[in-house]
Amino acid sequence: MNIRQVFAANPEGLLTIFYTAGYPQLDSTVTVARHLEAAGVKLIEIGMPFSDPLADGVAIQHSSEVALRHGMNLDIMFKQVAEITRTTGLTVVLMGYLNQLLTVGAENFLQACRQAGVSGLIIPDLPMDSYAAEYQELFHRYEMAISFLITPRTGEKRIRLADQLSSGFLYLVADNSITGREEGHFSNNQIAYFQRIKEMKLSSPTLIGFGITTADQYFLTKKYANGAIIGSKFIRKLSTTGAVSRQAIAGFIESVTRN
Amino acid sequence: MKNPDKNGFYGEFGGAFIPEMLYPNVAELQDNYLAILHSDTFREEYRKLLRNYVGRPSPLYESPWLSARYGARIFLKREDLNHTGAHKINNAIGQILLARALGKQQIIAETGAGQHGVATATAAALMSMDCKVFMGEIDMARQAPNVERMQMLGAEVLPATSGSKTLKDATNEAIRYWINNPGSYYLIGSVVGPHPYPDLVTRLQAVISEEISTQLENNFGQAKPDYVIACIGGGSNAAGAYYHFIDDSEVQLIAVEAGGQGIASGKSAATSQLGRMGIIHGSKTLLMQDDYGQITEPYSISAGLDYPGIGPLHAHLIKTGRSQVYSITDEEALAAGMVLSTHEGILPALESAHALAVLEYTRFKPEDIVVINLSGRGDKDLQTYLQYHKNKHK
Ligand SMILES: Cc1ncc(COP(=O)(O)O)c(C=O)c1O
Repeated sequence: MNIRQVFAANPEGLLTIFYTAGYPQLDSTVTVARHLEAAGVKLIEIGMPFSDPLADGVAIQHSSEVALRHGMNLDIMFKQVAEITRTTGLTVVLMGYLNQLLTVGAENFLQACRQAGVSGLIIPDLPMDSYAAEYQELFHRYEMAISFLITPRTGEKRIRLADQLSSGFLYLVADNSITGREEGHFSNNQIAYFQRIKEMKLSSPTLIGFGITTADQYFLTKKYANGAIIGSKFIRKLSTTGAVSRQAIAGFIESVTRN
Repeated sequence: MKNPDKNGFYGEFGGAFIPEMLYPNVAELQDNYLAILHSDTFREEYRKLLRNYVGRPSPLYESPWLSARYGARIFLKREDLNHTGAHKINNAIGQILLARALGKQQIIAETGAGQHGVATATAAALMSMDCKVFMGEIDMARQAPNVERMQMLGAEVLPATSGSKTLKDATNEAIRYWINNPGSYYLIGSVVGPHPYPDLVTRLQAVISEEISTQLENNFGQAKPDYVIACIGGGSNAAGAYYHFIDDSEVQLIAVEAGGQGIASGKSAATSQLGRMGIIHGSKTLLMQDDYGQITEPYSISAGLDYPGIGPLHAHLIKTGRSQVYSITDEEALAAGMVLSTHEGILPALESAHALAVLEYTRFKPEDIVVINLSGRGDKDLQTYLQYHKNKHK
């Protein structure tokens, strides 16, 4: 299923899990995906480890460093992702930084994504105007969806633009922050922001992410958006369990989805 | 060519490749920096501080020894005589005035060797502003005296413990802090980062070339040099020394990168030769990276040249052939620094010593006017020089 289809098929909302390719072990990427699927997850976001992840906090930085130390690279990652999309029903979105596309060439990169069955990309340091001017046509040609980020400080005009340009979902960054700043609850300001976005009746499905850790928060994201993305909290879980176990992952998903 | 287009591009280099979280901050700067820089209040106060606090104009000194040795009229632009010992203060003072005009209370900065950190902490002390300096954990150990100096100036020095724990990681940490604390002002130390920083820092350092031009005219009856030579880490002292001459093709611009232990040694910081197009700290430019786009750690004996990227203006000048780039090894730089110390009584910063060393590779006509930007003084590098001196005479 592509991104829009997976949202259409899950109108009650989606819990999306982010984790880093090659973490905690080089070859755990596929296993983690299988366990997530077994736990009921439909959409996953896989981080492409990068040496200089500007928008990420310590948990994701650390997972990227470990993955790179293990020897993770784009070739290995695309093989693993291809296996995930071939052997599971998961919809896969990749998240990485623009330099990773530019180095191999945007077209080569998109071709590799397509071959591996990737449905979409999130590239936090790719500005909307640059996407529209230089990459949109290429993304269309390779049927690769893109999801733009908006924050509590993004103005209405830019929100409309992000909505219009996003062919995947719209990523509502919960707080103006890097990833991993975890409060455990939403402030009134955050709720007001979610409400404001909801009232804009945007055309893209929306997911709320950054700093989400609890079931209460997940339930609120379903009220104001189409669900949540949990990253740092899950990665911390993977690191404390070390070996990737089906029970630990099922337990984690249950802990953040149980009413 | 000396200023970017409205999107911050110098040819194909530059721009602002930043996450949405930073968009309002960067847009605020983009929308306001030129108006503030051109305002009478800013210009007046900036000039006043440069004169009375920094000690400008810095002398343009004709070096008899170098002139005789290399067969041209060789001048040193003495940025080493500035308060805090390098050109970095020109930028720090300018940006702190800009921060104040924007109503900011807290300054953040990155630093490698500590020179920009010290300049920023100094400017913040002068303006009674809160100041946080991010510095790689490894650099903090290597440059301990500068850490203490910043602390004495009232700044908080925060270790960058991510990645390779050096300058690029300190820059990452500063940007992350800026995302989480959008009310702070990020005072970047070179002509790098997202638009408008490369242009902003270039314009603030342009006081160097403006003075060179005036000094040559007033004292030597010639408004422009034949050559301007400067070292390049991110490229701010070079951008400042070139600025007023960039559009004059009769002035030859020479850029000197740190070759480290040699271009092919795997321990080098010669970005324009070893780098490829990519994105670093929000700017599209040449940078050192592997085949998968992972940014690699550069090496140079001089911490100020130890940056895996290069300002987009310089990437453009080099790519279009407007500036000519050389690389100088650790050994060559140390030797050139020692020579200047012995024969002129001036101990240059190791960064600046790279610019001096290029004289061994260039040919001049006797009447040529050659200006070398002596970006800083070598006090901070004394230990390294002493070690070199000892080893040579063993
Ligand atoms: C004395 C001196 N020169 C040069 C540099 C390199 O910076 P830039 O290339 O921005 O002039 C530094 C940086 O710390 C420095 O301290």
